[in-house]
Amino acid sequence: MMDDLSLLGFGPDGWAPLLLKGCMLTLAVSATSMAIGTVLGVLLAWARLKGPRWLRRTALVYGVVLRGVPELLVILLLYFGLPSLILSLAETFGWDAPGLPPPFLIGSLSVGLVSAAYQAEIFRGGVGAIAKGQFEAARAMGFSDLQCFHRIVLPQVARIVLPALGNVWQFNLKDSALIAVTGLSELMRTSLVAAGSTRHPFLFFGVAMALYLVLTTLSSTAFHYGGRYSNRWDRG
Amino acid sequence: MGEHLTFIASVTALLVRAVPVTLLILAVSGVCATALATGLTAMSVARSPLPRLIQRTWTFLFRGTPLILQIFMIYYGFAMVPWIRHGILWTAFRDPVFCTCLAMTCCCSAYIAEIFRGALAAVPRGEIEAGRACGMTGFMLLRRVIAPSLVRIALPSYSNEIIMMTKSTSLASTITVLDITGVAQQVIAHSYRTLEVFCAAAALYLLINAGLSALLAALERRLDVDRAVPSISVPPTLEPLS
Repeated sequence: MMDDLSLLGFGPDGWAPLLLKGCMLTLAVSATSMAIGTVLGVLLAWARLKGPRWLRRTALVYGVVLRGVPELLVILLLYFGLPSLILSLAETFGWDAPGLPPPFLIGSLSVGLVSAAYQAEIFRGGVGAIAKGQFEAARAMGFSDLQCFHRIVLPQVARIVLPALGNVWQFNLKDSALIAVTGLSELMRTSLVAAGSTRHPFLFFGVAMALYLVLTTLSSTAFHYGGRYSNRWDRG
Repeated sequence: MGEHLTFIASVTALLVRAVPVTLLILAVSGVCATALATGLTAMSVARSPLPRLIQRTWTFLFRGTPLILQIFMIYYGFAMVPWIRHGILWTAFRDPVFCTCLAMTCCCSAYIAEIFRGALAAVPRGEIEAGRACGMTGFMLLRRVIAPSLVRIALPSYSNEIIMMTKSTSLASTITVLDITGVAQQVIAHSYRTLEVFCAAAALYLLINAGLSALLAALERRLDVDRAVPSISVPPTLEPLS
């Protein structure tokens, strides 16, 4: 038992610093992929709602494919496929071969691409929840599309979609564990390495579970208060 | 180009042979998770606090941690527990397919139970009161009034969860199961042709998911009483009163 404690401590053979670093990396990857997902998700939602027909179709197919294919497969495809794609692109254009993209970028990009497909649906639903008359009113007042987005859509949609985005964030956090297969030493990978090298898998996977529970609980609390704050004018 | 196509064809043939493994994991864990979720839902509305606490803890534990970690915990972690390692349970726990099914049953039952719980809360109160007023109690009320409404309300979210489960089966490949993803990785290790193999695997998953959602959508349509074609033909117009 003392053995176990020293394994989890900050001492010379303790894994605590690495596990905490893993937590930070997990948060960083999840946040990056969430950001990628939001930017791409907004673009996709715009394409579905306002784009020309070919773009609407493309966005639709993107959503169907990325929501129907396992996340693990997307990560593996990007991890193994992207370097060779970059190389062959560089060859065709006669550039110097660039270095391999870092695992952090590949990991957050692949989780972000999946996240975008889900977020696009959420944003689309959010815009759909705004009363049609408001758009007509905005046009009648001579708002440009950008003004309409900034003044009418954004303030309301942000509030409507926040709980759903919280859900996506939780999924992102848990999907980020899959990036462990690329060798990025986030929380899952660190616990795997620790379990392998100390031969205490039960202990380290248990600790990793506890740390994930802390992360998910803290972030769901944050989203709860964020939701309360954004609805502060709503409760009469 | 021709060589390219033959490669894709041969890879697809290999991957198709792995489809039963994926479907087996999905079917076993789907059935078990749904059964367990029904139990958890019943616990969530129990009168005594203990079952409710168990249901809450279960949901918290399995929804708050990644499924891949749960799979590793069961496959690698439990193997180090003496009474599992040296007991009768070891025959089950050393099988990666069993471990995947167990992890997915636990994890997905937590999600499905939340869906059922939400649907149960959405069953109109009046229907239950009406049932009670007709003298129904206990099981009959559940079977005739609550369950039919609950199933209809829960079905769309439940279908989503089944699609999620199909995608989750790919995690079995991380603990040496040769499902679609596992075989795909094996082929890539031999051939180094990533893009074609993964695209073929992705197409298979899409096909499975399309089939499942078509099936569940058909079920949804069938259960939809408002849109169902009436079995007794209604006369189109009433005879005018003279």
